[in-house]
Formats: sequence, structure tokens, C-alpha cells
Amino acid sequence: MEKIPILRMGEFLLVTIQIDMHDQLALKLQDDLSNAIQKNATKGVLIDISSLEMVDSFIGRMVADISGMGKILGAETILVGMQPAVAITLVELGLSLPGVATALNVERGMALLRRKIDADGADVVTH
Amino acid sequence: MSSLTKGESPLRSEHDIVLARQQVRRLTQELKFSLVDQTKMVTAASELARNALIYGRGGAMYWEVLQVESRTGLKLLFADEGPGIANMDLAMTDGWTSGNGLGMGLTGAKRLVNEFEIDSKVNGGTRVTITRWK
Repeated sequence: MEKIPILRMGEFLLVTIQIDMHDQLALKLQDDLSNAIQKNATKGVLIDISSLEMVDSFIGRMVADISGMGKILGAETILVGMQPAVAITLVELGLSLPGVATALNVERGMALLRRKIDADGADVVTH
Repeated sequence: MSSLTKGESPLRSEHDIVLARQQVRRLTQELKFSLVDQTKMVTAASELARNALIYGRGGAMYWEVLQVESRTGLKLLFADEGPGIANMDLAMTDGWTSGNGLGMGLTGAKRLVNEFEIDSKVNGGTRVTITRWK
């Protein structure tokens, strides 16, 4: 059965979407990822879409939902690697993905995740 | 350059949405659209194909390469035999949906193309035509 792999990288999860997903596959990824966040007590998720040549409202919604769901489960989600043509199209389509953190590539996304998680940790200590 | 200037793709399953956008990607590449224009047309096609499948209970995408003087364009018609759209003003409002989508499909697709036409009859299906010029 078709499946998008979810890789564990230390304390983070990395999902690299490399195929043109049909809608059920996108929904399945959403399911699998929420289970993986819970199972691994993950603090951060990186979704790499650098191979995606198109993001329509369905995939956009899936990403926003994953980000929202992750937050509830205690994980930060960062969308990385969006191609410029995809970004231009998404904005014109009317989807600006509010609430979804983004970074240029996996490396920067990882650095951003670390900062976010460290900042959260610091908050707990100071309050 | 493909020798065909016209064709159609069925929209009967979710997989057909993927095939339809791959077809549009191929066509816009053959027509040498810019990458941004390719992406806009493919995304618009994906939205309208999904609408035809989910709200229109299936149909087809008809494509045609247009050559008007020195201008080249791609025209796509999405036709379904579904229930039609009862309130067109509402359907063309950002964020409104009769299903559980985001309500960005129709209005979003319209913003991504140069020409947009919609014709719908209650119980008579919906036809959406979009054109993007190179």
C-alpha cells in the first residue's frame, strides 16, 4: 500500500513528500503523523515539500491541520522547502497558511525548531 | 510538441485528479509556459477537477490548445453531471463551501487563470471553462 515515510531524526520527525499525492494519501499521512507524534512524544516535525510541484487547497489544508493537531499534541511543525512558483500560486489561490511556520530548507527548519523548543523549555523554568 | 491539440481525461476517482493535473503539467510544459504559469494552471485544474468529482459526482476534463495569431493558450473545460449550483453568488464567495472543503476552489481557480467562465443548472450539471495564455 502507498505510504509516505515518516523518519525519526533524534527528537524530531521528518516527512519528505516526494510524490504527487492523491487526497486519501494526504489524509493518511495526517493520521500517521499524529500517531507518530504521540508515540514518540515528538517535540518537532519537519515537513519537506521541496519536491512538490503543486500545493492546492486540499494539501494546504492538510498541512494547516497537521500543524494545528501537532500543537495540541505538544509538537511544533515547520513546513520547509516550498518552491517559489508554489508559494506564488498558493498566495494567489488565497491560502497564506496562517499559523504554519515555514523555513527555506531542512537545515534552517531544524535550527528554527531547536530555537522554538529551547524557548519553550526556558519559559517553563522562568515562570 | 504534441501533435494533438485536443483531448479529454475522465474524472471518476481521486486518482483521476492526479492524472488530470499531470496531463495539464505536460501540456503547459509542451507549450513552454513559465514555471509559475504552469503551476498556476495545474493548481487551478486540481481544484476544479476535485470539485467536479466531489460536488459534481464525476465528469471529465476536456483540454484544447489555442493558437490565436501569435498567442498560445490552453483551455480546460471541467464538466460534470452533478446537482448544479443553486446559488452562484454564494459559490463564488471566498470561504463558502457546500461541502467540507475550504471554499477556495472556485474563487481560487478563477484568480489563477486569465479567463474563467462558469455555467451551471440545478440538476443539470456544472461546466467551468478556464484559459491561460502564454
